[in-house]
Amino acid sequence: MSRRAIIGGVVLLIALAIVPFVASEYVLHVAIQILIWGFIYTAWSLMGRFGLTSFGHGAFLGIGAYVPALLWNYYGVTPWLGIPAAMALTVLVAMLIGYPSFRLRVVGHYFALVTLALSQVVLLSLVAAREVTGGSLGMTLNVVHSWLALQFAQKSVFYGVAAVVWLAGLVIWWRVDVGIGRVALEAISEDEIAAASSGINVMREKMRVTVISAALTALGGSLLTQYIQYVNPEVVSGVAVSLQIVFAAIAGGMGTLLGPTVGAFFTIVLNESLRILFGIHFIGAANTIYGILLILFIIFMPQGIVGLIEGLSARSARGIDDDTPTEPAAALPKA
Amino acid sequence: MDIFLLEAVLDGLLLGGVLALLALGLNLIFGVIDVVWICYVELVMCGMYTVYWLYAYFGVPFPLACLAAIVVVAVLGLAVHRLIIEPVLSFAPINQLLATGGLLFFLQSFATLLFGTDFRNVGIHLAPIELGEIDVSKARLLAFAVALIGAGGLYLFLKRTYLGTAIRAIAEDREVMGLMGVSPRRIYFITSGIGGGLAGLAACLLVLQYDVHPFIGSSFGPITFMICVLGGLGNMIGGFAAAFIMSQIIAVGGYYFSIEFSYVLAFLLFIVMIFVRPQGIFSR
Repeated sequence: MSRRAIIGGVVLLIALAIVPFVASEYVLHVAIQILIWGFIYTAWSLMGRFGLTSFGHGAFLGIGAYVPALLWNYYGVTPWLGIPAAMALTVLVAMLIGYPSFRLRVVGHYFALVTLALSQVVLLSLVAAREVTGGSLGMTLNVVHSWLALQFAQKSVFYGVAAVVWLAGLVIWWRVDVGIGRVALEAISEDEIAAASSGINVMREKMRVTVISAALTALGGSLLTQYIQYVNPEVVSGVAVSLQIVFAAIAGGMGTLLGPTVGAFFTIVLNESLRILFGIHFIGAANTIYGILLILFIIFMPQGIVGLIEGLSARSARGIDDDTPTEPAAALPKA
Repeated sequence: MDIFLLEAVLDGLLLGGVLALLALGLNLIFGVIDVVWICYVELVMCGMYTVYWLYAYFGVPFPLACLAAIVVVAVLGLAVHRLIIEPVLSFAPINQLLATGGLLFFLQSFATLLFGTDFRNVGIHLAPIELGEIDVSKARLLAFAVALIGAGGLYLFLKRTYLGTAIRAIAEDREVMGLMGVSPRRIYFITSGIGGGLAGLAACLLVLQYDVHPFIGSSFGPITFMICVLGGLGNMIGGFAAAFIMSQIIAVGGYYFSIEFSYVLAFLLFIVMIFVRPQGIFSR
């Protein structure tokens, strides 16, 4: 790690610690959402950055949101047990869908559509089980403010929980990034057959990030429900959510540690400011602008906000003269 | 056979017509341009709003409103290609998917912004036809017939006309056809227009059966993609047949269980089929 990165990290940690003492309830509310969604986007990017573009993280989010909520409401099981149960179930589902996908080399469009179908299965199952889940109307958590119930009267406590989880997400992302697995996964996303023939266990590497990504996403879903104390199938498992995860991660930049969080910050702050600016009469305004921005992002800067900033600063640090490619040009075959 | 089951089967057959029409346009675009418009059903929504406003609000005669909707969505299709697809044509397929996904967000929320989340009905109620004890929805029968005619028309166009032949040739081999003097750029553009027009046609038929609202794409979008993939992306005949398989599962499943559960079955079948036959069930 460079010195700049360490200083940046320390500043960020201090800022993170100060927020609950200085921020208003509203700012804290926004900050908690940024942390939770930032965590979810980071989890998604664990797969997304290696070309495993999942359109189905709504499925994992939905399981994570509903399992602890149902266990708590119906059986009084604490989320401390409910959340691990949800994560375990999500891992199982991720393996069930991941294993055949990777074995049979379902990639690109097809992988996106298979995962989209998975999210639809979860979404519609939640709606269909309306006697238990409340269907499209959603369900409200039984409110008991205690550590056991993982519900808090003060937002600042939940902020702390969210911050710790978010940091843990970053650490996991970083571990994957510095590990040998990353090189393997990058090779796989470039050319799977070549990677396999150079001794990379394609299956194991793909499964590993998929399982981690799914489990973390479920945890994010659980936290979201614990915080809002209400859950609705469309909000956690709809097509829009799955797409939103993809977009925010890409907008922020999925190849960098803070990219997905920047994506969360960017989209949530944009959403909130447009809401304040236009009021609730223009419900579609935020997403309209959002949609246009996404198209522009894909067309003009697919590396995302953080990727762009890093690219620019790296360029200015190196100086213009150094801009020539470092690798020597391949020697031309002599005729 | 149970009379209600028979009704469900018939209903499924008629629903299949609408789904087949939806899949047809999407498949044409995929087969020729090799791009998935994930916002396809949102374009259909634009067509439905066009019909709604022209017919129910401004009192334009229904057939004229439909014609206008087809033109509007065809122009939208051209715009989608020129403004969004062309710049990303050389990008990874997944980025193309995402670019049209951005458009999905845009159209959905723009419709919410303009028209609110109200469900709007054109107010045309066709009396059902009674066949013995079974009621057959006239709107669905009409949709079924038009879908068949549309598919037949497209087939003839692709097989019998010069332009259609060029489109098929591009779908076969885009590099070589460029060398043979066919401009892929022009063909893509025209194909997008036709794809849009088919979405407009689907809109005219859907508006007779369903209320228009900004999120109608969420109810038809995913199933339409599944149908296309099931039939083999780009394989129009396969997609057409797959539409009827899916619609039967939905209708008959809905008869035995609930409608949501029948969709769950359809999606599960899709997931299994993509593992068993990734090239589509009708690939040679």
